[in-house]
Amino acid sequence: MSDAIITVENLGKCYRLQHQQERQRYVALRDVITSKVKGLFSNRQSAIGNRQSEEDFWALRDVSFEIKQGEVVGIIGRNGAGKSTLLKILSRITEPTKGRITLRGRVASLLEVGTGFHPELTGRENVFLNGAILGMTRAEVRGKFDEIVAFAEVEKFLDTPVKRYSSGMYVRLAFSVAAHLEPEILVVDEVLAVGDATFQKKCLGKMSEVAEQHGRTVLFVSHNMPTVMRLCQRAILLNQGAVAVDGPCAEVSHRYMNDGKYAGAERTWADSAKAPGNECARLLAIRVRDHTGAVSSNVDITRPVVLEMEFRVLQLGRILVPNLHIYNEDGACVFVTGDTDPAGRRTPRVPGLYRSRVEIPGNYLSEGGLYVSAALSTINPVTVHFWERDAVVFHVHDDASGTSVRGDYVGVYPGAVRPMLPWITTLQNPPHPEPALV
Amino acid sequence: MNSPRPELIIEAGRAEQQYWRDLWHFRELFYILAWRDIVVRYKQTVIGVAWAVIRPFLTIVVFTLVFNRVAKLDAPGGIPYALFVSAAIIPWQFFASAFSEASGSLLSNSGLISKVYFPRLIIPAGSVITSFVDFALTLGMLAVLMLWYGFAPDWRILLLPLFILQAFAAALGAGLFLCALNVKYRDFRYVVPFIVQFGLYLSPVGFGSERVPQYLRWLYDLNPMVGVIEGFRWACLKGASPLEARPVLSSLAVTIALCAFGIWYFRKTEKTFADVI
Repeated sequence: MSDAIITVENLGKCYRLQHQQERQRYVALRDVITSKVKGLFSNRQSAIGNRQSEEDFWALRDVSFEIKQGEVVGIIGRNGAGKSTLLKILSRITEPTKGRITLRGRVASLLEVGTGFHPELTGRENVFLNGAILGMTRAEVRGKFDEIVAFAEVEKFLDTPVKRYSSGMYVRLAFSVAAHLEPEILVVDEVLAVGDATFQKKCLGKMSEVAEQHGRTVLFVSHNMPTVMRLCQRAILLNQGAVAVDGPCAEVSHRYMNDGKYAGAERTWADSAKAPGNECARLLAIRVRDHTGAVSSNVDITRPVVLEMEFRVLQLGRILVPNLHIYNEDGACVFVTGDTDPAGRRTPRVPGLYRSRVEIPGNYLSEGGLYVSAALSTINPVTVHFWERDAVVFHVHDDASGTSVRGDYVGVYPGAVRPMLPWITTLQNPPHPEPALV
Repeated sequence: MNSPRPELIIEAGRAEQQYWRDLWHFRELFYILAWRDIVVRYKQTVIGVAWAVIRPFLTIVVFTLVFNRVAKLDAPGGIPYALFVSAAIIPWQFFASAFSEASGSLLSNSGLISKVYFPRLIIPAGSVITSFVDFALTLGMLAVLMLWYGFAPDWRILLLPLFILQAFAAALGAGLFLCALNVKYRDFRYVVPFIVQFGLYLSPVGFGSERVPQYLRWLYDLNPMVGVIEGFRWACLKGASPLEARPVLSSLAVTIALCAFGIWYFRKTEKTFADVI
């Protein structure tokens, strides 16, 4: 109890959804629709009991956990599991309905990079403004000012209004301020991990550094298991507002992956308006097929596996390259593969429905869970039409019958891939004269 | 960091108890947000801060032309009509701008509200302060006008801060109430300009309140700006426009009630802002 830096006890948050008929006129129609939709998920019975003027929706229920100093804990769950609500309560943006949280240390929460940045103000002014918003005193910001500016690499543009910054400079400056916060407890939302890959790396790197070197406690909220795996030792899985699992990352990850609701071997988007994509193309489906052609999330390590994606091209005139990104349970990118067929690489695709298939040979992948992200890109100029992270998940298993790369070995077998390579082992120093061998 | 392990407890109703302490704790954010609004206000304008003076100045010119020259309205006690109108327009414009800025302030800062915690009172209060800076400049303009007309104020000017304070409280109270309403019902965005527009005619700006029929005076005096404007005239113009106790007291009472109600309503709805905005 005493060494816990964060104690959460029986935390609950209830949103009251109003269905008042008379006053609804003054609330936007959009709000009415969202409250109706939320109502569907909360409590069937009261939703059926129509004409109810108010309805309770518990976004969090009886959530309890403790976090010790120096721990880096990931909070994961699919959309609507209550992650954002927990985050908002932890950062005091909204109050809990029940229960309590005790925080023994200064808390800083980063729900967004560059909160409060004002486009008309200069870089220098925004550093002070953003610092104050994140809870730093002016003296602290002044003390770290040079460091912040150096990290962001914007020295030359300090007195230029940030509206004239490139988006990269803007994000770098904003993140730099956040990275120099020195709270005992840092609460970070996954939005931080959005951005270009280099920025993401820098940001994640800085975060682990903060935790390791300064013994700071970090709570990282995400729905992206691989990122959580990369950063945290421990994870808490939320499901429908309650703690489903709390434990080492690997264990939680396993549970998360096997939770059918999270992602399976197939995902389709029936409503094309909500499908990932833009005005140029949209993703319709992505699935994993085993060697028999059946959609399956369990594949044998010795058999080939087929990844299939369907997308609709809506506009003529772009060269479109479908590509897939495969991540393992450690969050490492195993490989990226794109359609390199010369026809598709040189000529724009006409509008219509497309299906791309790629076969990954048997005896190539490692055992374990693999996350597939599906993307469609134009190379010149570089445009990503959609990039659906972790769209499907499948497990590669090895029954250790001796036909796989394992052979007869059944212990831990490391490696991101496990290709069956043609080995030749010959004896180079024969004890007997050459002719004896023939 | 200098305190040994601050302990923070989050539970239902807890923020309520710590509110005023938090407000003090977040004072630095308050300064910096007010500073931001002041700096941003006249960015990328050619004449910058001069706008703060030009707008009321032109209004004074128009009022003098229309009411004095055309409608032949006159100021009591032989005061130049321009001064008579200035002493009303200046506090009125402060109230109008503070009130409308404050009532829209939460919406224009919705990004902050949904992403960071701080006592929300900081935002509308900061807007009132921003308008106050403009107001201080226009007070300077009033001083110049008085010099121009060779009009020296007497001891009564020392009581001016009291009426400024009342204008401040009225703007804050009304602003808090409307900005809280605005968060939930965007309709009030359209109501505020109307209030400001009507308020100009319902307040004794172009004329003295003695012109209001006696049987309506009690109702008229409930307008908080009646006390403020009459007080301004009395304090700046050597009491040439006499100050009666009843309008001052009744508008002061309404101001206090308005301010208290504004704070109460704001505090009551504040914790749901992040959920609703």
